[in-house]
Amino acid sequence: MREIYLDNSATTQCFPEVAERMRRVLTEEYGNPSSMHHKGVEAEKIVSASRHTLAQILKVKDSEIIFTSCGTESDNLAIIGGALASCRRGKHLITTRIEHPAVLESMKYLESQGYEVTYLPVDKDGLVEPAAVEEAVRGDTILVSIMHTNNEIGAVEPVAEIGRRIKAKNPNTLFHVDAVQGFGKARIYPAKMGIDLLAVSAHKIHGPKGMGFLYKSQKVRLVNLIYGGGQQNGLRSGTENVAGIAGMAMAADMLYRDFDGETAKIRGLKNAFLEEVERFNEELTSKGEEPLIVNGRTGDDSAPHIISLTVPGVRAEVLLHALEDKGIYVSSGSACSSNRPHPSQTLQAIGLPRPYWDNTIRISLSGLNTKEDIAETAAALREIVPFLRRYTRH
Amino acid sequence: MKYQAFLIKYAEIGIKGKNRHLFEEALVRQMKIALKPCEGDFAIHRTYGRVFVECLSDYDYEEVTDALQHVFGISGICPVVELPVIPIDELREETARYMKEAYPYEKQTFKVHARRMNKEYPVESMEVNAELGNAILEACPNLSVDVHDPDIMVNVEIREKIYLYSIILPGPGGLPVGVGGKAMLLLSGGIDSPVAGYMIAKRGVKLDAVYYNAPPYTSERALQKVVDLASQVAAYTGPIWLHNINFTEIQLYIYEKCPHDELTIIMRRFMMRIAERLAKEAECLGLITGESIGQVASQTLTALGVTNEVCTLPVFRPLIGFDKEEIIKVSKKIGTYETSILPYEDCCTIFVAKHPVTKPKLDVIKRHERNLEEKIDEMVERAIATDEIMIVDKNGARIIKEREGTLQV
Repeated sequence: MREIYLDNSATTQCFPEVAERMRRVLTEEYGNPSSMHHKGVEAEKIVSASRHTLAQILKVKDSEIIFTSCGTESDNLAIIGGALASCRRGKHLITTRIEHPAVLESMKYLESQGYEVTYLPVDKDGLVEPAAVEEAVRGDTILVSIMHTNNEIGAVEPVAEIGRRIKAKNPNTLFHVDAVQGFGKARIYPAKMGIDLLAVSAHKIHGPKGMGFLYKSQKVRLVNLIYGGGQQNGLRSGTENVAGIAGMAMAADMLYRDFDGETAKIRGLKNAFLEEVERFNEELTSKGEEPLIVNGRTGDDSAPHIISLTVPGVRAEVLLHALEDKGIYVSSGSACSSNRPHPSQTLQAIGLPRPYWDNTIRISLSGLNTKEDIAETAAALREIVPFLRRYTRH
Repeated sequence: MKYQAFLIKYAEIGIKGKNRHLFEEALVRQMKIALKPCEGDFAIHRTYGRVFVECLSDYDYEEVTDALQHVFGISGICPVVELPVIPIDELREETARYMKEAYPYEKQTFKVHARRMNKEYPVESMEVNAELGNAILEACPNLSVDVHDPDIMVNVEIREKIYLYSIILPGPGGLPVGVGGKAMLLLSGGIDSPVAGYMIAKRGVKLDAVYYNAPPYTSERALQKVVDLASQVAAYTGPIWLHNINFTEIQLYIYEKCPHDELTIIMRRFMMRIAERLAKEAECLGLITGESIGQVASQTLTALGVTNEVCTLPVFRPLIGFDKEEIIKVSKKIGTYETSILPYEDCCTIFVAKHPVTKPKLDVIKRHERNLEEKIDEMVERAIATDEIMIVDKNGARIIKEREGTLQV
């Protein structure tokens, strides 16, 4: 059976070129970057070159890239490390209700340590109102954390405007952006956008799992969360994951080399799918059946790769497994939530009616998908949805 | 403390008369299976009407005792110190040293129970008792003598060697697996059925198991959960053959053709029918379910009767008189509870009606089952043909028969 992988916001297939590059680093250029001899120097060069590649993409300084083990670690280091470093200036933080658990749980930890956190609501499209952020910023606000792209509905937050407004109201407030879903899909220039900290994960951009980085403006001071040999200026001790670093940089480079073409392709697939949904909906309504609902914005102001689709009357988990039977992989809500049975924060926050929380799947695309993938998925939905609707729970 | 051997106590095997050697052989067999993955070399003897594990090399005490504590038929495990036949003054020293190490702090009472099978030993049993008792009292101020109801019974056996033991680690009890034939467990991802399987296996019965899954309504993770449960039970019972039957088609057909409040009961009747077919093919002598009276609508006495009616094999329901709390207690003890409460949906719960019948009438159910006449037989055959068989042991599962052609919705 042909495999159609439409769960690219959970993780992506590693580019074979990236995997090959990593294999070479692991088996041939395997030195420890801290070693004095040639093998060490060779490895250090790989790390520096990778750092440079990533810095170029963000238009920042090489020294502003800190390698971490994942997006979650980057978020933790930014938020907890940032809050600890600024605790004498204040103990107030701001975030939104639709952040990834890496952010929300870090905030929860800080609350347990005596910090105060303001959680901002979002509108029906999952967007934060920049004016509301500005209003929430106070003299003692040390950090604002807002995601670039929401992982469940693909809302793209107005981070540039938010950054500007934060800095206008309190120049000392740090602005952290979780760009795990946005990096690779959007051009992000932290220095211009007033972003001080930016978290990225490698496996969402066809790189390896277990790898991420944090952009940290040179003006920002963080407290390290990991103690050890003092690598990366003491901010992230531990021998660098040289292969992972090389792989992440290569994957990022491949995505950004033909950024416009790549993004246009993915958005084209999304639009094609949305058209299929529309046609399917016409059929459904003409038969007097409830149409499918696409959550959030769908135009150029939305993420090019994420579609949140509510199928009233069909449980997401069942639809997911029925699609799986046809080799099509999607996610129910957000894949990270399958460990936790309670409903998605984002779907609640955008005001989706309660019965639909359990009826929503997420389709997330990558440049490796094709028009055929979209057509086959749409055809599968046409077949499965009416079937599953025949057997609903009473 | 270094123990060179373990004395195995078994309660019930002792009373099985002429069949005793069969039971003992089964016990030794199960112990060998249990000890096989453990580090070290062991010899298992049956001597003096007892089973004895001799440790021939270094071994991990925790690993070995844990392995033995999973063998049904064992009621107690005594770690034994083996000594050469030494004079009484040396034996005094060794015993005192042993007691001091085994019971360093707690205030407890003890009694020495010496047996001198080797009559060449110059000191008589009663004297040995007195000598060793004194030595212990001198060495351990926290211990005192109570000859009527001691906390600690210090056993000293003087044979071709001297055996010293006092600790009894509890075993799971029951009878060694295999002496009681084989039965088919209807295993779900819930709390009850693994416990039911454990309890029947404890009576010496070997287990096969059948699981009904209903893709796309149930997931691969739900299946994995059941495999994990089977694996945890297999730590006691030895390898289990697990049958995985695709039940979707039957379930949807019942849903379409029969009243929804009877869905569960009719579904269960078909599960029992299929289980019995598999059981008979596998030469199982009965079915095992985790039912308990009144727990849910399908487990009222009336409902149980209606479900039972489709079977000719006896159906064993070891939890029938248990409260949920009692079942949970056992599931925690045997280590299945944490897996059982994982949230993946089982096929039993997919289409549950809001108010399922609690007093189904057999003739009504039978009449409604007639709505299924057209296709149900072929569906049952197809479901049985989907049978995927795996052998599950405590380290995981190995598929021995692949599923033939998945059913397409």
